[in-house]
Amino acid sequence: MSDTAFTENASSYADGGMGTAGDFFELLKPRVMSLVVFTALVGLVVAPGGINPVIGFTALLCIAVGAGASGALNMWYDADIDARMTRTRTRPVPSGRVTPQEAAVFGTVMAAGSVFVMGALVNWTAAALLAFTIFFYAVIYTMWLKRSTPQNIVIGGAAGAFPPMIAWAAVTGDVSLQSISLFLIIFMWTPPHFWALALCKSGDYEEVGVPMLPVVAGERETRRQIMLYSLLLVPVTLSPVALGFAGWLYAGATAGLGVVFLALAARLARCAPAPDGDKTAQHRAAMRLFGFSILYLFLIFSLLLVEKMAGIAPVFP
Amino acid sequence: MSGEEEKEDARERDRHKIEAPHWDEAMVKRRRQRNVAIAWVLVALVVLFFVVTIAKLGGNIASRPL
Repeated sequence: MSDTAFTENASSYADGGMGTAGDFFELLKPRVMSLVVFTALVGLVVAPGGINPVIGFTALLCIAVGAGASGALNMWYDADIDARMTRTRTRPVPSGRVTPQEAAVFGTVMAAGSVFVMGALVNWTAAALLAFTIFFYAVIYTMWLKRSTPQNIVIGGAAGAFPPMIAWAAVTGDVSLQSISLFLIIFMWTPPHFWALALCKSGDYEEVGVPMLPVVAGERETRRQIMLYSLLLVPVTLSPVALGFAGWLYAGATAGLGVVFLALAARLARCAPAPDGDKTAQHRAAMRLFGFSILYLFLIFSLLLVEKMAGIAPVFP
Repeated sequence: MSGEEEKEDARERDRHKIEAPHWDEAMVKRRRQRNVAIAWVLVALVVLFFVVTIAKLGGNIASRPL
C-alpha cells in the first residue's frame, strides 16, 4: 500500500467508527504482550517475599495493558511507515479500519488507566516504572530514536526489558540489583535478536527511511555488532547466579544455551554474502539465530521460574 | 409569532444544524459491539476493585484482636 492509499483509506473513514472491538484489541499488539506477560510473571514469582495472587494478577494485567497501550501509540505514530511495509500494512490504522485519532485516544486512555490501577491497587513504585516504560516506548523510542539513529533498538529495547523489573517492584515495592539483572538480560538480548531479523528485512526499512543498522552501517558491521552484543549477553545471563537468586540448574543450562547462542552468532559473523551477491546463506544463518534467540530468552526465564517453583532456587539473601 | 416568522425561524435552525455523520447498518452494529466491549471492561474493572479490596482487607480483619 502506498502513502496515497493510506491517505485515501484514512480520509474515507475520517469520522471513525468503522473499527470492531477486535481491531482495537489488535492495536494492543497481543503477540508482543504475551512475551511481556511471561517475563513479568517470572519477575513476580522470583521476587522475594511473595504477593497475594489477586494483587499479583492485577499487576500482570496492568503491565499487559500498559504494554498494549504503548503498542497502540506506536501504531498511531508509525501509521505512515506501517502502510509501506509488507509486514505491517494490514494493521488497523494503515488499513483504515481505525483512524489515527481513535488509536491515539485509545492508547492514551489505556496507558493512563493501567498506571492508575497499578498505583491504586498494587503500589506506586510499580506504577511509576510502568508509566516510565510507556513513555520510553511511545516517546523516546517511537517518536524520537526510531527514525533518527541506527542505535534505535539498543536504547529502545529498554522498554521491552522493564516488565520483569516492574513486576519485581509490584512485590517488593523497590528496585534492586536483582531486578536490574533481569532487566539487563532482556536489554542485552534485544540487539542480536532484532538485528538478526533486520538483516533479512533491511529492504523494508530502507524503503521507508528507518535507519536500521544494516541499512546505515552495512551488513558486515551489523554481523560484527551482533557478535559483540552476544559476547556481552552470555555473562549477563549468569548474573542471577552471582547475585544469589538462581541455582546450579539455571547456571548449567544457561551456560549451555549461551554456548549455542555464541556459536550461532559466530556462524552469522562469518557468513558474508557470496561474491555474486547471493545472500541465502546469510539469511539462513540470521533466521536461525533469530529463531533460537526467542527460544533462548524463553528458556532462561523458564529456568528461573522452574527453580523457584520447585524450591531449588537458593534462599534469597 | 406569525406564520412567516415561524418559517424564518425554521430556516435559521436549518442553517445552524450540524450534519450528522452517515451511519449505515454495519457501522451501527460495530458501534454496538464496541459499546458492549466497553461495558464488559467497566464491569470487569468494578469486580477487580471489589476483589482486590476484599483481598487487602481480608487479612487485616482476620488478624485483628477480638
